[in-house]
Amino acid sequence: MRRAAAAALLAFLISIPLWVGNLYVLHVLIVTGIFTIAAMSLNLLLGYTGQLSLGHVAFFGIGAYVSSLVSLGFSVHLAPDWLVTLAPQPVWLAMLWAIAISGFCGWAIGRISFKVRGAYFVIVTISFAEVVRLVALNWDELTNGPMALNNIPPLTVSIPGVIDFSFIGKVPNYYLVLAAAIVAYVVIARLVHSKAGRAMIALKENEPLAMSVGIEVTRYLVLSAVVSAAIAGMAGALYAQYIQIVDPNIFLFIYTVTMVIMVVVGGKGTLAGPIVGGLIFGLLPEGLRSFEIPPELQWVAYGVMMIVIVSIMPSGIVPALSRWWNDRARANAKPAEASEAGARQAAQ
Amino acid sequence: MNEKTGAALSVDRLSIRFGGVTAVEGMTFDVREGEVLSLIGPNGAGKTSAFNAITGYLPAAGGDIVYRGRRLNGLRPSAIAALGVVRTFQKTSVFSGRTVIDNVLIGLHLQSRQHPLAIILGLPSVAREERRLVDRAGEVLRFVGIESRKDELASSLAYGELRLLEVAVALAARPTLLLLDEPVAGMNSIETASFMETLGRIRASGVTVLLVEHDMKMVMRISDRVLCLNQGRIIADGSPSEIQRHPEVIRAYLGERHARAEG
Repeated sequence: MRRAAAAALLAFLISIPLWVGNLYVLHVLIVTGIFTIAAMSLNLLLGYTGQLSLGHVAFFGIGAYVSSLVSLGFSVHLAPDWLVTLAPQPVWLAMLWAIAISGFCGWAIGRISFKVRGAYFVIVTISFAEVVRLVALNWDELTNGPMALNNIPPLTVSIPGVIDFSFIGKVPNYYLVLAAAIVAYVVIARLVHSKAGRAMIALKENEPLAMSVGIEVTRYLVLSAVVSAAIAGMAGALYAQYIQIVDPNIFLFIYTVTMVIMVVVGGKGTLAGPIVGGLIFGLLPEGLRSFEIPPELQWVAYGVMMIVIVSIMPSGIVPALSRWWNDRARANAKPAEASEAGARQAAQ
Repeated sequence: MNEKTGAALSVDRLSIRFGGVTAVEGMTFDVREGEVLSLIGPNGAGKTSAFNAITGYLPAAGGDIVYRGRRLNGLRPSAIAALGVVRTFQKTSVFSGRTVIDNVLIGLHLQSRQHPLAIILGLPSVAREERRLVDRAGEVLRFVGIESRKDELASSLAYGELRLLEVAVALAARPTLLLLDEPVAGMNSIETASFMETLGRIRASGVTVLLVEHDMKMVMRISDRVLCLNQGRIIADGSPSEIQRHPEVIRAYLGERHARAEG
């Protein structure tokens, strides 16, 4: 049942460019997809280990900047007479660097803050994102500061004599993002359904008991931070090569908040949650724009919808729906008993 | 290991302090391989504190804790568990939002050798091991007798089953020394009887057991040896029948309580 639903959703997503001709709609879907990947990565931390990263956009932005800088090349003075120069590299290599360096930042942040955890982790991640934003804004020589990095090349797959293809335009990028989302989903799903995922869940649910059966706290929290940051970095790299311009505003707090909303409303700690939340809150602002109402009211509507969903389904849409589905299945499993009881009642 | 006495765990002059308050002072005892040793004493005698120190949840202010030749002082709880010393908690403690079998699978953590990279790549060895773990979890649940509940949420179990699940989670970690902290507290007599039967089988499987318990009938029936603790010190050490007759024990603790339990 679940497998069939997943296959149907996948087939639907693959078919979209075949019947959606509107390029703007495709653009919205691509950006939504990229943020959904970021939300999926946040869910690994927030939903499975219970650690709230309120600076998650830092990993996304680092991914975007690293992949842009490596693909554009740079030349920067690390000391007055120490010039470091990098020639432009292929975009696929730049994206791998983005994933690796974001993952490394996740590791560093995890090592620093998971000794204390909880509120401290929240504070460390917020500060980290802010520091990275200030660096991006002020290190003109490397990042161009507010002037932004422009003309970022798109991902190109080229094997001489076999294939030479650039992901330019909406349709190729749509499929690229879809493929990346599937990879991210599979990685997270495998992790969650393994020893490592069980360890993360155990630490969130009952840390003293988890330790008593040999689960090393820091190791698994750091592992989830690394994987989460690396996937967020991949999303950032995809964003940079698609939008082709990156400026320090990519580190704005509002993007983290958007990811958190996607995860919490969709259902944290479920694999499908961030996808459902991501699609809803990625597409909602655009959907509201199609109504003839002033922009302020659009955002009011956005907020009201969020509050309504969260108050009706506090644990998120996906857990609420699956509970409803299970209850129905259980009710259907005992129709014989129920009808028997009904018949007896009718007879009396 | 102390070969002469066959001691598995040696606690030597252990002291535990909370700020200026001394919870345990100069506590010395051995747990021998394969025995069931009970720690008794009035509330606040330092039984649970000693448990916490042995399993790494509390720092020892002084003294040595040695298990099979390895010093446990300063090790993290997870490292102590990896050496085969596994505990349960006084307050019922399971992963209540997960199913019964998931609880045991979490307990099997140390039996699993999956590397994170192998997991992410989805290597066939990971799936093979996962199947082996599920089989093993089923065996553990059968051993404690709650296999029929394996797909239910832990939070939906009855109290007695919940406490058996706690033991199942601990057993999944393959302890050689199992520390049980008041496992039958709050159980009715039927549940207690069934628990004692399970404990007998745990012991028969070669696991050494250190037990903290207030249920004197159970302690006297199941223990090879009993230690009585009062105000952080050991006041008596002997077989159950010796302990029952020990004048200091009777004065400190057993007298009125035991009389009440018997009456």
